[in-house]
Amino acid sequence: MSEKGISFRIAKDIIFKGLIILFSVLSGIPLIIILYFIVKNGISSINWEFIINLPKPVGEIGGGIANAIIGTLILIGISSILAIPMGIGTGIYLSENKRGKLPYIVRLCVEVLQGIPSIVIGIIAYAWIVIPMKSPSALSGGIALGIMMLPVIIRSTEETLKLIPNSLREASLALGVPYSRTIMKVIVPAGLSGIITGILLSVARITGETAPLLFTAFGGNFMNLNIFKPIASLPLVIFNYATSPYTEWISLAWGASFVLAVLILSLNLIAKLVARKWKVQF
Amino acid sequence: MLKTNLRQETRKLNVTESVFRKILYLTGICIVVLIFAIFLTLLISSFPALKTFGLRFFYGSKWDPVSGEFGSVPFLVGTLITSFLALLISIPFSLAISIFLGEYFREGIASSLLKSSIELLAGIPSVIYGFCGIFILVPLVRAIEMKLGITPIGVGILTSSIVLSIMIIPYSASLGREVIQLVPSELKEAAYSLGATRYEVIRKVILPYARSGIFAGILLSLGRALGETMAVTMVIGNKNAIPKDIFSPANTMASVIANEFMEASPGSLHLSSLVTIGLLLFVVTTVIGIIGKYIIKKMSVEL
Repeated sequence: MSEKGISFRIAKDIIFKGLIILFSVLSGIPLIIILYFIVKNGISSINWEFIINLPKPVGEIGGGIANAIIGTLILIGISSILAIPMGIGTGIYLSENKRGKLPYIVRLCVEVLQGIPSIVIGIIAYAWIVIPMKSPSALSGGIALGIMMLPVIIRSTEETLKLIPNSLREASLALGVPYSRTIMKVIVPAGLSGIITGILLSVARITGETAPLLFTAFGGNFMNLNIFKPIASLPLVIFNYATSPYTEWISLAWGASFVLAVLILSLNLIAKLVARKWKVQF
Repeated sequence: MLKTNLRQETRKLNVTESVFRKILYLTGICIVVLIFAIFLTLLISSFPALKTFGLRFFYGSKWDPVSGEFGSVPFLVGTLITSFLALLISIPFSLAISIFLGEYFREGIASSLLKSSIELLAGIPSVIYGFCGIFILVPLVRAIEMKLGITPIGVGILTSSIVLSIMIIPYSASLGREVIQLVPSELKEAAYSLGATRYEVIRKVILPYARSGIFAGILLSLGRALGETMAVTMVIGNKNAIPKDIFSPANTMASVIANEFMEASPGSLHLSSLVTIGLLLFVVTTVIGIIGKYIIKKMSVEL
């Protein structure tokens, strides 16, 4: 009787382990399928013309996504200029003020900001920038993306600077170095790699964002360098072309997906390398 | 001479110091102001719709821009069904990954392979999920619908739930792994020494101990699912009616905003109604997020 009980329990143990492994392996399958489709369909539509040409009207072959690539870079630029100084500043503030009422509220707000759905950020940028300017613009898209970057930069700056030992700060202050210089010349450089990792991850996060750009950057088929005009971006191109009925456009969308995926994955990879190579450790 | 120089220096230094501290303080304040500004903007812009419809906005089931009648029930129902169905599909997988990485294979090739594939899954932008959903999942669902004898549309609640479930696996899995790893080994060893099998240890010791953390992870991934826009918009079929079954096309709160926002003219009741849905989305995701973070914080204090 008890012998049977033990073998039953052992069998249950083995079955459970098998199930865990099975489900874990199964969850890797979507990734493989997605990557396979992107690479298979993307490679075939990618060539040099694809990168440097503008989109062409339906029916003509050989359109490209140059405007979307430039647009994505401009959007990243605008949002980085806005979000990086602000994010690092808040991160320093939080790591310097660990206790207290205001830091607690700020931390809560950062968490709330991180959880806001991207489409709501799009509505906000629309209300703040697009309505007063009466036109969608790259600037409004950049601001929307900048708001999305903030929480990632703030969190990583705060977490990194918290790791830096107090003795470093005390040594600097004991030498008569003023507080502001201690922060800017000792504490921040010591945690630089963590901050850079955070910035790269935040850029990777916003590069693929589409929802906040729908009403702000809006997209377009022309090359545009004016930040007060609507601008194209890779995710928008994918969205607009993927839902179109034309095969040429759909293959353009696959190409754009490939470019976007490579861009985001390499940003993530660089972030990982930075974190590993210049690890913040004491 | 030297003394005055020194005094000047000190004064200059004091000014830079106080300016530096003020700037840091201000950046902190800015974030708080930003959140309140976002909330106020949503509230003000949704005021016309709330004034016109009052509570009817939340129980009215008719959304008709032509006649100017807006009730949000179709989207509330659509959002709830897709999100909970997505959770239901994703929980076995994310729980299995949490146990796989947190208990069975903490280190080694298998673990780092699975970990990086989860990270990749989290990194893929939602528009690509939607695109792949259109080309891979929609034909698949269409085939299933043919077999079942339903009108083969392909897009609908089920399709978007499957896409969503894949997208939210990384969120609950990574948190689940962390809390499972935090279970003290003394507890596990005690159970082993009493003769428990590994399954029994996981079932009776690890899972009860990590329960609230796992719950928090599921809650956070629910927050993600509620607010997810692009992938859902591309595969849900965009129909402004209460869905009849899980195959019927519908709309979620986020997808109706994405679809109709640019069509609505500025200042119209239509736009204001859409912003009200946005406000609702903001409030719900914020509350869910704060509860989830609170549970995590409470756990990490206890440990």
